[in-house]
Amino acid sequence: MKRIGVFVCHCGTNIAGTVDVKAVAEAMKHEPGVVFSTDYQYMCSQAGQEMIKAAVKEHRLDGIVVCSCSPRMHEATFRKTAAAAGLNSYMVEIANIREQCSWVHKEMPIGTEKAIILAKAAVAKVSLNAPLTPGESPVTKRALVIGGGIAGIQTALDIADAGFPVDIVETKPTIGGKMAQLDKTFPTLDCAACILTPKMVDVAQNEKIRIFSYSEVTDVKGFVGNFDVTIKRKARYVNETLCTGCGACTEKCPMKKVPNEFNLGMDNRHAVYIPFAQAVPKVATIDPNHCLMLKSGKCGLCSKVCGAGAIDYKAKDEFLEERYGAIVVATGFNPISMEKFDEFAYAQSKDVITSLELERLMNAAGPTGGTLLRPSDHQHPHTIVFVQCVGSRCEACAEKGKEYCSKICCMYTAKHAMLIRDKYPDTDVYVFYIDVRTPGKNFDEFYRRAVEEYGVHYIKGMVGKVTPENGVLKVQGSDLIDNRQLHIDADLVVLAAAIEPDKSARPLATMLTASMDTNDFFTEAHPKLRPVESPTAGVFLSGTCQGPKDIPETVSQAGAAASKVIGLLCKDKLLGNPCVAHSDEMMCNGCSTCEKVCPYGAITYEDKEFRMPDRTTKVRRVAKVNEAVCQGCGACTVACMSGAMDLKGFMNKQIMAEVDAICK
Amino acid sequence: MSQKNDRAKEQILKMSGVNPLKCMRCGKCSGTCPSYDEMEYHPHQFVYMVETGEIDKLMQSPSIYKCLSCFACVDRCPRGVEPAKLVEAVRLTVIRQKGMNHMTADSIPALLDDDLPQQAIVSAMRKYSK
Amino acid sequence: MKVSYFPGCTLRTKAKELDFYARKCLEKLDVEPIEPDNWQCCGGVFVSAKDEIASKLSSVRALKSAKEAGMPLVTVCSACHNVIKQTNYCMQNDADFANKVNLYMAQDGGEFTPYNGETEVLHFLELLRDKVGFDKVKAAVVKPLTGRKIAAYYGCLLLRPNKVMAFDNPENPTIMEDFIRALGAEPVVYAMRNECCGGYVVTDDPESSAKKSAAVTENAMNAGADTVMTACPLCKYNLSKNGGAPVVYFTELMAEAFGLKEEQHVTEE
Repeated sequence: MKRIGVFVCHCGTNIAGTVDVKAVAEAMKHEPGVVFSTDYQYMCSQAGQEMIKAAVKEHRLDGIVVCSCSPRMHEATFRKTAAAAGLNSYMVEIANIREQCSWVHKEMPIGTEKAIILAKAAVAKVSLNAPLTPGESPVTKRALVIGGGIAGIQTALDIADAGFPVDIVETKPTIGGKMAQLDKTFPTLDCAACILTPKMVDVAQNEKIRIFSYSEVTDVKGFVGNFDVTIKRKARYVNETLCTGCGACTEKCPMKKVPNEFNLGMDNRHAVYIPFAQAVPKVATIDPNHCLMLKSGKCGLCSKVCGAGAIDYKAKDEFLEERYGAIVVATGFNPISMEKFDEFAYAQSKDVITSLELERLMNAAGPTGGTLLRPSDHQHPHTIVFVQCVGSRCEACAEKGKEYCSKICCMYTAKHAMLIRDKYPDTDVYVFYIDVRTPGKNFDEFYRRAVEEYGVHYIKGMVGKVTPENGVLKVQGSDLIDNRQLHIDADLVVLAAAIEPDKSARPLATMLTASMDTNDFFTEAHPKLRPVESPTAGVFLSGTCQGPKDIPETVSQAGAAASKVIGLLCKDKLLGNPCVAHSDEMMCNGCSTCEKVCPYGAITYEDKEFRMPDRTTKVRRVAKVNEAVCQGCGACTVACMSGAMDLKGFMNKQIMAEVDAICK
Repeated sequence: MSQKNDRAKEQILKMSGVNPLKCMRCGKCSGTCPSYDEMEYHPHQFVYMVETGEIDKLMQSPSIYKCLSCFACVDRCPRGVEPAKLVEAVRLTVIRQKGMNHMTADSIPALLDDDLPQQAIVSAMRKYSK
Repeated sequence: MKVSYFPGCTLRTKAKELDFYARKCLEKLDVEPIEPDNWQCCGGVFVSAKDEIASKLSSVRALKSAKEAGMPLVTVCSACHNVIKQTNYCMQNDADFANKVNLYMAQDGGEFTPYNGETEVLHFLELLRDKVGFDKVKAAVVKPLTGRKIAAYYGCLLLRPNKVMAFDNPENPTIMEDFIRALGAEPVVYAMRNECCGGYVVTDDPESSAKKSAAVTENAMNAGADTVMTACPLCKYNLSKNGGAPVVYFTELMAEAFGLKEEQHVTEE
């Protein structure tokens, strides 16, 4: 029989307000195995913990029940207390009499009765607790960053700065991401390229960082500290080490009419191309969908002009296998398709554009050399209408659009409007808005400047229809403050399209067993207290893959994710969670059910020799749990038909004892 | 809000199945409405005024006969509020009262020309009389 | 293929050509239209109020008869289509409404089986796109409308509410344009093709509907159209009176391309 101590916490009036804590402590004294029971105002305080330690010594306790708040809150605290008193820390059970009891009941008698029942269950469970020791696993001191935008770049630089090697995997031929496409950045109006490209060069020059551009992660195995990752290096038909980025090949390439992704299809590139002048790595890539040589075997001009002999038409996709201690997801965002919002005539007129397209039209390295010309006829637009919230803030069950606020649109629209008024004062600029949301340092001041100093017309209302007619965009919208319908003949309409996570995020989340929300944003381990960690150990989140955010926020989060990675890589060994599944090999029938239900891939099967009672040996197929991968979810224990699988710390007999105690 | 208005509001919400609290006041309904100029109260005001209980004003306004039931406001509303259904509910509340038909069979002959399709007359009777 | 075919009142009177050419073309496409017995007017316009039941009964009867015949119900007129499809949606999704309607219809006498929205409702264009196939339509063309620039006018009834109608992308539909291409003509895309013509308001405020219609036809003509195509008699009436563009039913254009127009004309009664 165990010697159990019960400690009932008042939590000020949080618990004591609706639970008679003294009655609970008194009732526990009569439970089998309980040799000591008491109550205290704040059990988690230092005095409370000292009280527990003293009781362990005085009453030679070998099991502790704390009746307090949720185990999420203070289980770790009381485990440390137990360890300090010389007990195994897994000999502690928490009865949650706050969140699941005092906070949900109003009447003292009911609250007290329920608290007693919960405490009895915990006592029944702790009677069966066995000491557990966490296993150890080594840490591979290398990190993988998936995505090479500003989030991935900043995370990689910070990790490398702490002395750990980092690999960046980027699907595009260059790193830089969306920020490389932007013109100026709010609220300071620095040129995006001027602040981003030095960082891209830093990445390229950092000895600790390897860039796998034009590459994808295709498989992830393993667990925190030791992820085995397969990286597909897509054939770029140009040898990266030989190419000097001179650009001779692109000049000679006869296929000149390939829509240029970097300029969002508003101009053309060659079949062999370098996305932009400051690309990193600055090497050419051949687009196999348009290259004559690759499609028909007839051309080969680029190979002839390449002084470095870097062109290789026979290149094949290559697969790398690498091991990492930590993985950072930085897969970023894209504007949503405007296909379902054609009341704004995006598909009908070239002069209806998205804000990202406007960035390219205003960028000195863009298709118009930075002069704002409307796409249809290359004339200066004199009246420009901006429409906010296109596809953002829609009803949850809407067939189109997103429920969330995309967060960045109010500010970049103010920026666009301001820049246009500054450069072309003869232009009338209208912004239709639902709300102007500017919570950020110097953000509202920036928006007010657009209105007060630059004369941008902000209209509280929404555009309902855009009708292209005779070269004019007839914009019909509401002005709610003036209670009238406005009709504006515009030359250019700019849509603030909602943003959504990159399409690669969903399959990646599956590979990583990292959870996502219904919008395909990665879920954080705790929305407030662990914002850059995924609930899957060793997987961290950086940038817009976790939710819409602007550049300052992205960079802060990127640094935070890096510090979490560094904290992990600094360790030589990791302590695992000992509450993991365990299979009784003698009972296992080798059916594979557990392997199929395990969401973490922690269960494998092996053929093992068993000595039979008649002294012969027999080979049987049995389940084996990788304790470092197992997260202790318990799915396998439920699925196991032979009852071989059990979860340490939550064994079937412990759960049943709890149920019995409650039902008694 | 008077008790009478309370009842009228409840009736209109029930008939239309609309929850005006879903409205985020973006004004897209009134930005899209083709009959805006003909209306005294506009689609977004129907939503707001039903919510605040100003049903009498809406019932007395010719606006209720100007809606085309084209459903552009319904389809383009980002929050699924369906303003056109509120306009219809207010109109029905009026014409279902005794002697409140907006159009009667007597006025039909004057409308007829060689081409006017039957569909127009049937629809008009549905929309303007009980 | 046999389909249940709901012509509607207007196709028996002022819009005979819409119906006449529809039947001619179906013959060529090996589709046999079967009219439900004793069908009644659909009601002309759908009343969205949940407590309005009587005006929807005739639609339910047509739907129920198609269900019993085991065929999809095909409509030609946009208005009939909108009313019947919306009524069917209510029968599927509004249990309270469906219950009341079924109780009411049970009073008709005889053996009664309840109807709960089982019938598939197809507009004629959907029949062509989804069951016949535009490729088959194209193959039946003998006099392609080459060189014609035709502006498809959808109006509101075919597209909205999209949740119910599920006809096409309501803001950027393509079904009529694909149909026009199948006939050998060039479709003209213009923004006002899914805006309202003014509809029944022509009876109460003709100025208002004239304004709406003129905006549509002007936009179509400015986009380079020589003809406006529609599926709705009321749209045709409104548009024809305002803006001066020739407005033609889609079935008439199809008959022309099928080489059926010269041979046969609508007989005046």
